[in-house]
Amino acid sequence: MEALMENLMGNVDWLEIGVASWDTLVMVGMSLLFSIIIGLPIGVLLFLFGKRQLLEQPVAYAVLSFVVNVLRSVPFIILLIVMIPFTVMLIGTSLGVAGAIPPLVAGGAPFFARLVETSLREVDRGIIEATQAMGANIRQIIFGALLPEALPGIIAGITVTAITLVSYAAMSGVIGGGGLGDLAIRFGYQRFQTDVMVITVALLVIFVQLLQMAGDRLVLYFSRK
Amino acid sequence: MIVFDQVQKSYQVGGRAIPALHPTSMTIETGEVFGIVGHSGAGKSTLIRLINKLEPATGGRILIDDEDITRYSSADLRAFRRKVGMIFQHFNLLSSKTVADNIAFPMKLAGIYSKPEIRSRVEELLARVSLSEHANKYPSQLSGGQKQRVGIARALACRPTILLCDEATSALDPQTTQSVLKLLADINKELGLTIVLITHEMDVVRRVCDRVAVMDAGRVVEMGPVSKVFLHPQHPTTRDFVFESESVDRDELQEDLQKAEGRILRLTFKGESTYKPLLGSVARQSGVDFSILSGRIDHIKDTPYGQLTLSLVGGDLDVAMRALEAADVHVEVVR
Ligand SMILES: Nc1ncnc2c1ncn2[C@@H]1O[C@H](COP(=O)(O)OP(=O)(O)OP(=O)(O)O)[C@@H](O)[C@H]1O
Ligand SMILES: [Mg+2]
Repeated sequence: MEALMENLMGNVDWLEIGVASWDTLVMVGMSLLFSIIIGLPIGVLLFLFGKRQLLEQPVAYAVLSFVVNVLRSVPFIILLIVMIPFTVMLIGTSLGVAGAIPPLVAGGAPFFARLVETSLREVDRGIIEATQAMGANIRQIIFGALLPEALPGIIAGITVTAITLVSYAAMSGVIGGGGLGDLAIRFGYQRFQTDVMVITVALLVIFVQLLQMAGDRLVLYFSRK
Repeated sequence: MIVFDQVQKSYQVGGRAIPALHPTSMTIETGEVFGIVGHSGAGKSTLIRLINKLEPATGGRILIDDEDITRYSSADLRAFRRKVGMIFQHFNLLSSKTVADNIAFPMKLAGIYSKPEIRSRVEELLARVSLSEHANKYPSQLSGGQKQRVGIARALACRPTILLCDEATSALDPQTTQSVLKLLADINKELGLTIVLITHEMDVVRRVCDRVAVMDAGRVVEMGPVSKVFLHPQHPTTRDFVFESESVDRDELQEDLQKAEGRILRLTFKGESTYKPLLGSVARQSGVDFSILSGRIDHIKDTPYGQLTLSLVGGDLDVAMRALEAADVHVEVVR
């Protein structure tokens, strides 16, 4: 048995796999956090500035929407490369776990912002109107009615964003970003160590599954419909 | 008192102003239940939403207790809205909040109530709308009638002086409609608050309203005490509504009348005269013979009324008419 394992997975360095998994976790976690911090307010503004919405602002909407669209339409691999000088300026290096986070946020935040906008639009207009009729100001409408009502949709959006960030984080291995993707490229691809490749992919699949399950549970918990 | 002074409203649609309410002047008295009926698209919602400025008027003045709300700043407006409750056809409860939190919501928004004050007010309101045991449920766990009662409790939370109801019973079955209407009528009596109520069912008007306005294509075409508008409708739209509510088929009615002989009269009794054994004595006095073509007895709010369509033959018709009028019966000669 042990001999068989040795044969099949001769190249696998479990310590390195462990470190890489942790790195991926950190990259996804940190970039998700910043994507939410930046994307949530942008999503709320996109919603409020939209047509026939509370703060209808066609010009502001067009500008914001354009920036979001540009960031979302650039393939992530290009974004990774284009962001290098900016990342160096921001944190001093474009390598490793830290170096991968700024491009991940640049890809994740606009993605999440759109999902927030969409889930806010799904809130029944009647609820906004009823809240207005109670004498609420705009801040109270946002925090008292809109965000709580859209919470299940926003949580689903966080799940989708997190999963997207897992695959983006794997891609950042190309520019030396660290994590499971880096491992897969350096050993699995460049040195033809198929066993390393299989294990990293399997770990990524498990990671995505866990995220999806956790997200679905939370959505269910917060849905009162 | 709510005074409309040449109020008008048009919506901008594709760069053009489409009128939804033509210049309208009217007064809604403090403490009355004022009904607004009309077909879909007549402008009922537009009119009621002008009262709490969910829609700004595009002309004229709206005076509420002598204050022109069309001039309010946004801070004034928010304070004013706390004094105007509103309930909706689709309830518009927050699905993410429990029943108790929904009712507490307007008080929390107002920011002038302490936590214990809010808690005791919510308890009081829950009891008032008979939902105490549902306090911690979410709206999705309630029936339509229960949701609307939550809506009413929420609308009353900040002790408003005006309650606006936009088709508050249109999504409910007849029995539930009854109980919600009864609740509204009780609230009107107990708290003396003014209720403005939109509906497209004359039956709702008949049960709870004191006065009614009939709207058609952005205009108020008839307005007056419910008994007057209901028993003696003038405008074709009003007649449609009244006939519809009495489930009278107008063609059939015409046919019946054609077959009848002699004079045809429509008698309207109101109040006590509804219950008096009048017809027999009138027939004896005047020697007329009568047959009843149609008839009904019902209530307008708390007042009983009856309407009879009779055909009369022989005897002295004038004597009969005078005797009826002397007994406070409204007589209308149909033919
Ligand atoms: N936001 C809006 N923008 C443009 N037109 C509108 C708007 N709201 C209402 N209208 C128009 O104004 C007219 C009156 O609408 P309103 O909603 O007041 O009718 P209603 O009497 O309440 O009808 P219903 O019984 O169907 O609720 C309609 O022709 C409608 O199309
Ligand atoms: Mg309407």
